[in-house]
Amino acid sequence: MEMLRFATAGSVDDGKSTLIGRLLLDSKQIFEDQLEAVERTSREKGFDYTNLALLTDGLRSEREQGITIDVAYRYFATPQRKFIIADTPGHVQYTRNMVTGASTADLALVLIDARKGIVEQSRRHAVIASLLRVPHLVLCVNKMDLVDWDQRVFDDICAEFTEFAAKLDIPDLTFIPISALNGDNVTTHSEHMPWFGGPTLLYHLEHLYIASDRNLIDPRFPVQYVIRPMSDRHHDYRGYAGQVAGGVFRPGDEVMVLPSGLTTTIASIDTFDGPLDEAFPPMSVTIRLADDLDVSRGDMICRTRNAPTATQDLDAMVCWFHERPMAERVTYGIKHTTNSARCQVRDLQYRLDINTLSRDDSAGQLHMNDIGRVQLRVTAPLFVDEYRRNQTTGSFILIDESTHETVGAGMIIGTGD
Amino acid sequence: MKAAQVPHLDALEAESIHIIREVAAEFERPVMLFSGGKDSIVMLRLAEKAFHPARIPFPVMHVDTGHNFDEVIDYRDRRIAELGVNLVVASVQAAIDAGRVVEETGPRASRNKLQTVALLDGLTDGGFDAAFGGGRRDEEKARAKERIYSFRDEFGQWDPKNQRPELWSLYNGRHRRGEHIRVFPISNWTEMDVWQYIEREGIEIPSIYYAHRREIVRRDGMLLAVTPYLTLLPDEQPEELLVRFRTVGDATCTGAVESPAATAAEVIVEVAASRITERGATRADDRISEAGMEDRKREGYF
Repeated sequence: MEMLRFATAGSVDDGKSTLIGRLLLDSKQIFEDQLEAVERTSREKGFDYTNLALLTDGLRSEREQGITIDVAYRYFATPQRKFIIADTPGHVQYTRNMVTGASTADLALVLIDARKGIVEQSRRHAVIASLLRVPHLVLCVNKMDLVDWDQRVFDDICAEFTEFAAKLDIPDLTFIPISALNGDNVTTHSEHMPWFGGPTLLYHLEHLYIASDRNLIDPRFPVQYVIRPMSDRHHDYRGYAGQVAGGVFRPGDEVMVLPSGLTTTIASIDTFDGPLDEAFPPMSVTIRLADDLDVSRGDMICRTRNAPTATQDLDAMVCWFHERPMAERVTYGIKHTTNSARCQVRDLQYRLDINTLSRDDSAGQLHMNDIGRVQLRVTAPLFVDEYRRNQTTGSFILIDESTHETVGAGMIIGTGD
Repeated sequence: MKAAQVPHLDALEAESIHIIREVAAEFERPVMLFSGGKDSIVMLRLAEKAFHPARIPFPVMHVDTGHNFDEVIDYRDRRIAELGVNLVVASVQAAIDAGRVVEETGPRASRNKLQTVALLDGLTDGGFDAAFGGGRRDEEKARAKERIYSFRDEFGQWDPKNQRPELWSLYNGRHRRGEHIRVFPISNWTEMDVWQYIEREGIEIPSIYYAHRREIVRRDGMLLAVTPYLTLLPDEQPEELLVRFRTVGDATCTGAVESPAATAAEVIVEVAASRITERGATRADDRISEAGMEDRKREGYF
């Protein structure tokens, strides 16, 4: 059974929590005790229906204020797939949460209220999904029951969104008209919309082809941990543990280790369950090399003719998460794959207005929830690829050196030369 | 090469191993919490896999309420010996004896809340800066919003509104002296995933997870084991039933379920058909209030 991770985003009141509640309920992931608690609370709060949104509001302050504060992770499974939902709230700290949820998502699900059509937030969600290079986007036009199941409303929204999406980089876009409250086109086809010939949302999630979304071309292995048992039985064992970040590695492959640039071959690929013939993303394995090289955490195992760029200069799109804005000439901690270093903001080229996609060249700072193109100078070389080529070797986080908080996230466009 | 499908258990395993190695690489003194429950058993197996053929490079800590099932303690000691790791016991009884906490009294007394004190003392005494826990996000609503690296201040408190964003597989473990993190490597596993993994890997778990005959009493809709630690209420009549445990915690507040499931495969069938969450069915400690878990976590509980 495969696993699919998707991020949901929506504005206030567009029925996102209801949709998630519906998916969980119809796939029988909601248990009697949870449903009882929700029914009880619904009655206490005076709703005349069972408010499925209450299922996903986790924290006391959220229930009190009726809002969602933070990214919440939900789980459900069908006989076809296991699903992980990153449920991101639409209002407070929207960009930060949406970016966080989208960073690990195979698919982004954007909800639109059929009565309101495409609003600023819908565009923003699509832009973020595109920036984070989420491979699949599903636009659910919700509350179709409130527009009399009218096909024209749906078609107009699809046309408007398609035109907007042409400016973005969205490899796969799907539209589905639904009513989350009643379950139409969520898990079963809607009797009210016979004009819609596409799949239900759940069918789409279950059958979407995702295996080719991984990079199996460029071999990348960031060394995470050096395993040296120093026991009698494994006296000379020295293995490099890590998670494959790209490509396929096989015993006998000639490989190069960065930063040294030395070459050797793979002696074996080890796991607790025995040696492997090949390793590819997202496997966590241990690689042994034929020659005794000096390799440590932060080094990168790759191929002689297919290596990442070793550079101290990064050209990146950065999302800012913190109340204290990002400013030029400030130094931050940076974490990239298994490497940690420091970096200085050399230049903020522009701030991207994610509603209009226009560029503000005059911006001197990135404020919380801003996204901008930034030049960084790192204290030591990092081994990077473009984010569009490899999300693992193309991404980094920025850390405030005094508070240790994660203040920004970056996607590498180039190496800044 | 043809893009192969990655089975979900392999993807989950790879992610958990990555997290465990990352903590071992970046923290000075990690420790792995081990309760003898199935989640911590799976987590310990993942740690074994992460560093193979070397030993697990950190000790294991058991927060011992003193109200244990014998089968669980036997299992713990065998497994620890097999792995050759150090065991640290953080004892609730010791905290009571030292006058650090006052034990609840009465038939509904539980040592669950006292665990937090023993845990925090254990972390401080050992100088640990990272503690692995077997919490899963599907267990409970407050956990659903907790990060994989969960920061705790010097009092062990969790601040849900001030969590670090976690993107891709990049974890920020920087902290000040006195602060520590709780790490949840199996955050993304569900109860079903855990059972499927136990079955696939042939992992041994304490026998009380499978059907056995046991003396129990019915209380507040739960089936509680009759043990020396449980005080019976006047009208309670013990009876013998065929039961198994879905979670294993303090013996006084862990409920059993009636079940004939004697193997992991049979348990999987039951879990798939179950209509009640494992905590809802079997944990008296979670029934305190709707915000029970959130409040305990804020105070430093797992």
